[in-house]
Amino acid sequence: MRVNFTVNGRRQEADDVWEGESLLYVLRERLGLPGSKNACEQGECGSCTVRLDGVPVCSCLVAAGQVEGREVVTVEGLADYAKQREQSACGTGACGTSLQDAQQWSAKGSDSHTGEGTELSPIQQAFIDAGAVQCGFCTPGLLVAADEMLERTPSPSDEDIREALSGNLCRCTGYEKILDAVRLAAARQGNQEATV
Amino acid sequence: MDFLRPASWEEALAAKAEHPTAVPIAGGTDVMVEINFDHRRPEYLLDLNRVGELTEWEVGGESVRLGASVPYTAIMENLRAELPGLALASHTVASPQIRNRGGVGGNLGTASPAGDAHPALLAAGAEVEAESVRGSRMIPIDEFYTGVKRNALAPDELIRAVHIKKADGPQQYSKVGTRNAMVIAVCAFGLALHPQTRTVRTGIGSAAPTPVRAKAAEEFLSAALEEGGFWESGKIITPSIAKQFAELASGGCNPIDDVRGTAKYRRHAVGIMARRTLGWTWEQYRGTARTLEGVA
Ligand SMILES: Cc1cc2nc3c(=O)[nH]c(=O)nc-3n(C[C@H](O)[C@H](O)[C@H](O)COP(=O)(O)OP(=O)(O)OC[C@H]3O[C@@H](n4cnc5c(N)ncnc54)[C@H](O)[C@@H]3O)c2cc1C
Ligand code: FES
Ligand code: FES
Repeated sequence: MRVNFTVNGRRQEADDVWEGESLLYVLRERLGLPGSKNACEQGECGSCTVRLDGVPVCSCLVAAGQVEGREVVTVEGLADYAKQREQSACGTGACGTSLQDAQQWSAKGSDSHTGEGTELSPIQQAFIDAGAVQCGFCTPGLLVAADEMLERTPSPSDEDIREALSGNLCRCTGYEKILDAVRLAAARQGNQEATV
Repeated sequence: MDFLRPASWEEALAAKAEHPTAVPIAGGTDVMVEINFDHRRPEYLLDLNRVGELTEWEVGGESVRLGASVPYTAIMENLRAELPGLALASHTVASPQIRNRGGVGGNLGTASPAGDAHPALLAAGAEVEAESVRGSRMIPIDEFYTGVKRNALAPDELIRAVHIKKADGPQQYSKVGTRNAMVIAVCAFGLALHPQTRTVRTGIGSAAPTPVRAKAAEEFLSAALEEGGFWESGKIITPSIAKQFAELASGGCNPIDDVRGTAKYRRHAVGIMARRTLGWTWEQYRGTARTLEGVA
């Protein structure tokens, strides 16, 4: 079957999709977007986390046919997504991304090298600065989940962070640094808002 | 495999009537695991995501009509006051990503004895609105679970919604597991006080082939509270009543030994949870009673 949907702001068409295939498989194997990782295929680890119409989900548990006509954001598009959010909504007081805004943006590049040469999103930068990346396998899912939490909860408590990331496993067990990174991103976001 | 994409509820019912073996897929958090691991190769997948009304709910005078696909996240965020037991149970399901997709319709479809919605539905009182091209019927929740992972749906039926009694008193949900997130219940217990009818209802998860109510425990406690005048006085429940309630709840189990726990442990833990949830809900009841008096 054929599936048409939007990934990181671009229309995509996947052909010859098997009816039982997951969104994760389509992203990685058919669209050349291997940022979302496949570690368990059963919803346990969160390394395949993407946003589906803005909502964080495990892409391994979404059937490809279910995304027809819908919007997906993967880690490859996170930097542009965050930039778009900052430019459009915040500052007017209404933080978050409207559907219209989400539909108007598109990530630069269309393959796994999207991130190269472009700026990182604040959460990505914070992960690097805090040393929250070891093997990096869990990182894409954590970034997508953490970015969404910071969009919803600009000044999160530790409890908020733990709750938002409770569906993401890091087998290198670098949880303390990951928490540091999210706190850092939240603090930087707060500072920026204070200076606007 | 064929992927059926009905755009409306009527189309979904027609598709299910035409292909009774079609497997509905809502959040996919049970179905996709089975497909990814090749445990299931259905001939047809019937996608319910495009049927908008399944993600809606209506709060009525007596009950909430909860669309089959309303995700757990929405229940936690919007229905905490009307459905406190189910909101608490929803919060214990898996992780945010799973709660954003999975819902009560899927939990009922799977009908696992470990499903977290079931004890809350049993305790609150609920009916499942099942529909087919032949018509619609209401299945009392007590009659819905027919065996291990089996339910009362006919092959051509889909769940449209669940009608859950609005809380008329405190409700609690307790679950035993190895950690907080991402854990399938070793066993679970839901308790709802119904001051309007002066009754108590319960639900036990993962401690029998199906989710069950601890009816003997309910009857004993309802009678003891009535006889002792506890509903009016709001006085502290005597330890002997709580103890007997816990023992009867334990007795309501019919558990097995499995990788998550032994039958003996489950029976014991259900008793502990029964006593604790009774303590919590009764404290809440006394608290609200006092506040109401204060206002009057
Ligand atoms: C990592 C992980 C952790 C989990 N942890 C928990 C947990 O802690 N507690 C818990 O209770 N569950 C848990 N689950 C199981 C699952 O998330 C729940 O059972 C959830 O409620 C299923 O909802 P869904 O919409 O995703 O169902 P789906 O997977 O879409 O469907 C489940 C079943 O219901 C049927 N169905 C769905 N909608 C309808 C309908 N409208 N009419 C008729 N049949 C229908 C489907 O055909 C299928 O048989 C977990 C799952 C995963 C992957
Ligand atoms: S690969 Fe999807 S949750 Fe692990
Ligand atoms: S950094 Fe290796 S799994 Fe998290």
